[in-house]
Amino acid sequence: MTQTAADASQSVQTNPKQSQDRRWRSVNRTIRLNGNQPDALIETLHAVQESFGYIDLDAMQYVARELTVPLSRVYAVATFYHYFTLKPPGDHTCVVCMGTACYIGGSTAILDSIHEGFGISPGETTPDGKVSLLTARCLGSCGLAPAAVFDGEVAGKLDAATVVEKIARWADHDSES
Amino acid sequence: MTAADAFSRKKSNTEARSVRILTFKIDDRDVSAREDETILAVARQNNIYIPTLCHLDGLSERGACRLCIVEIKGSPKLVPACVTRGREGIEVITNSERIADYRRKILELIFTERNHVCSVCVSNGHCELQQLAVNLGMTHVHYDYLYPRLAIDASHERFSLDHDRCVLCLRCVRVCDEIEGAHTWDVMKRGINSRVITDLNQPWGSSSTCTGCGKCVQVCPTGALSEKGKSVAEMVKRRQFLPYLQLMRGVDRE
Amino acid sequence: MTLSLEELQQIARIEKDRREGFQHRIKICVAAGCLSCQSATLKEAMEKEVSRRGMENWVDVKGVGCLGLCTAGPLVFVEPDGILYQGVKVSDAGPIIESLGAEPIDALHCSTDLPFFARQHKVVLENCGRIDPERIEDYIAEGGYYALYQALRNMTPREVIQEITRGGLRGRGGAGYPTGLKWTTVAKAVNATKYVICNADEGDPGAFMDRSVLESDPHRVLEGMAIAAYAVGAAQGFIYVRAEYPLAVKRLRTAIAHAERLGVLGNGIFNTRFRFDVRVRLGAGAFVCGEETALMASIEGRLGKPRPRPPYPAEYGLWGCPTLINNVETFANVAPIIRNGGAWFAGIGTETSKGTKVFALAGRVNHTGLIEVPMGTMLRDIVFEIGGGIPRGGRFKAVQTGGPSGGCIPEQYLDMPVDYESLAEAGSIMGSGGMIIMDESSCMVDVAKFFMEFCMSESCGKCVPCRVGTTQLYHLLCKITSGAAQPSDLDKIEELCDLVKNTALCGLGQTAPNPVMSTLHYFRDEYTAHIEDKVCPAKACKMQPAKEVV
Repeated sequence: MTQTAADASQSVQTNPKQSQDRRWRSVNRTIRLNGNQPDALIETLHAVQESFGYIDLDAMQYVARELTVPLSRVYAVATFYHYFTLKPPGDHTCVVCMGTACYIGGSTAILDSIHEGFGISPGETTPDGKVSLLTARCLGSCGLAPAAVFDGEVAGKLDAATVVEKIARWADHDSES
Repeated sequence: MTAADAFSRKKSNTEARSVRILTFKIDDRDVSAREDETILAVARQNNIYIPTLCHLDGLSERGACRLCIVEIKGSPKLVPACVTRGREGIEVITNSERIADYRRKILELIFTERNHVCSVCVSNGHCELQQLAVNLGMTHVHYDYLYPRLAIDASHERFSLDHDRCVLCLRCVRVCDEIEGAHTWDVMKRGINSRVITDLNQPWGSSSTCTGCGKCVQVCPTGALSEKGKSVAEMVKRRQFLPYLQLMRGVDRE
Repeated sequence: MTLSLEELQQIARIEKDRREGFQHRIKICVAAGCLSCQSATLKEAMEKEVSRRGMENWVDVKGVGCLGLCTAGPLVFVEPDGILYQGVKVSDAGPIIESLGAEPIDALHCSTDLPFFARQHKVVLENCGRIDPERIEDYIAEGGYYALYQALRNMTPREVIQEITRGGLRGRGGAGYPTGLKWTTVAKAVNATKYVICNADEGDPGAFMDRSVLESDPHRVLEGMAIAAYAVGAAQGFIYVRAEYPLAVKRLRTAIAHAERLGVLGNGIFNTRFRFDVRVRLGAGAFVCGEETALMASIEGRLGKPRPRPPYPAEYGLWGCPTLINNVETFANVAPIIRNGGAWFAGIGTETSKGTKVFALAGRVNHTGLIEVPMGTMLRDIVFEIGGGIPRGGRFKAVQTGGPSGGCIPEQYLDMPVDYESLAEAGSIMGSGGMIIMDESSCMVDVAKFFMEFCMSESCGKCVPCRVGTTQLYHLLCKITSGAAQPSDLDKIEELCDLVKNTALCGLGQTAPNPVMSTLHYFRDEYTAHIEDKVCPAKACKMQPAKEVV
């Protein structure tokens, strides 16, 4: 997963439009389905992020050209919406919910202990690129507050110790393999 | 073109192009106006002052700086004069104590947002923000300054961008898109972190879409966008190109 | 391909026969709440156990939508015995199957006589937890798409709107605008192209009603949209869903594909000239896109920034065309109203607030989850009867409704009926239906700060009062919760609240001060304790000794 950044920029150089890369083909499919219309900008950026894990400048340039949208508008949209990220994510991501119920249930304590244990704040990735920490506005799992998503799997009724343990397992497990 | 403009144009197209004339009151004065004219335009025709910042004749309206808010008698809601049309028989109040107070506070908020230090600004003396402070009687700022750390982009050979003076009126974005047609400018991020950018947030000088026309510099109300190598005294903005365009738009509307 | 009434009824009959063919039906909740308690693996295990015993022909295992009591997940419901099991683990799969037809397992049994279940009145959620959201036949067997047939074949668009108006349905997205009136305006607008949009950008932290409806019963929303489109004269619909709800998106897409294949969406529905297509559009993490003009901008692929209204979307909406925007729950109410009549719907609820409301109950309350009650139900009943009171012997302090646009309602309003007007009188709003219960461990200043941080970082940045005003307010609240504030800061807060409320451009900005104003109104002593005594009464804030602030 870490090689996506290099891959992405390489594929750009070999013209993503003709690229046989599965990820570019998925982006191109989205563009085509929407008839290269400028209003498909958000949909297309979703496709880029889904394929590559993030949106880099080359991808933005390509999307701008294909949809005939000004460059600055692509950048504006990509940074206005918080779901999009311009930085490559770590191997694993932990998304801590900061919805009201989770906040009252102690999600700040969870964030604090992650910071203590791994030195990362929301939006940051550990220096070894293993773990990214993110926050979410609300996962809609309020009934299970506080909740978090570990690599796409929602877990509820968490406490600081469990979360730290889970993240530590990622770090350890990967260094062994 | 704003939604309101487009809507009324579309409406007047379908409704056999008959433009009604309305009469209503602004600050106890009887005024008459075409139904597609904004309260701001009518007030200006009648020499009634309403402060504005994001508005500029010739560009689309945003209704965003909120300095042009006015009261309409009988309604608790304040409305921005730049995008609100007159209606038959209404009484518009542009200068009540309540409005003056709100406008001053909004202006104070703008001053706290960035580091507006007039004494070292290239636009000192020709600045719309500075002039507004005088006009609205804003003598001091009683909210905390936010002191953001912002950079200057001097990479363009003729112009420079100083984020510290930017009030996010987005006139530059609009003039570049609507008149020059280059859409070099836009605004990135959101809320308090909003910044104007060129292309993919790259140095202005390296922009591949900028035509170097300088319209953005001329419409900028403050010293955020300025011409290089000019003394403070010469830093007067030239906007002669805009009225022509407005005229053309007017013709197109008839 | 078009569908006739006979074919629709036949699908329902076949599905019902299929169900009758099973002696036992095991329904496992696979909505997001229970999924996060590994209910998907549980379902697999259950299926394996059934096939291992060779019981496939008389035991049906199916995934269903939300059963409501999220706090006790994963939930399993066994029919026809009507037994609900809570906290079911994979290892329980075998024993549950063995117990079929015999005595239920006591250790897992959850009584459905609990007020949590007994006091609810389900209209919107009638199919949630009963049907498989990924099978259109299941929805049709419960009477699904019959309302659409009725509307298209037996009613004029005007009659459809009249029925909705008679039902007194009001928008469930927050403001409570009469739905019939909105539809009338769009229907009257003269334009060849019109749009119907379903607002599923449920951004309020603490609200998950729309997600549950979409995950548990997506066809109900599609049917409501199709009826609305027929009533206002639209042929294209959009559902704007948060990207943070991948399961809801997936099920919606499945539902649309199934509906198109069957012919209840597409061209010539039920052999009429009416055609209607629905597309899903993904949000991308911007709360402000719940505001209708911002939402439309986002569908058009632009920045989700609100624009001044008028013109309203009903006249000038998506791509400049007249557009109807309703919320998920509003659309979910449409089919039942057409099926049972407006008078039936108007019989539920109060004089001004008709029907039921779905609430997401969360926070310091024993039974968290999704509930649906008639409008006008007493707040006390919701918190203490249905919600089961405060856990660990805590004391009720306040309930937060309406998310970042709402307010905190204190104890003295517990005997208030929950309807649009009463909530507004108490200084809050109905909002989309999030209800967060707080006990004395919650600091009200901290809660206000939480919401202000939310509004600050969700502000689109277009208008000055919201962009800078919320930032200033947040800084002032931080000063208070860190013990650095002076009494004059409280005046500034009140001043700024008034300013932002009255001068911001859109609804998000205008309501952003509400959480601060309501807590300041009811819990002013907590603010002064922080400022003057440098003490947090709830012991939630980390108060530092006062530092000199320049």
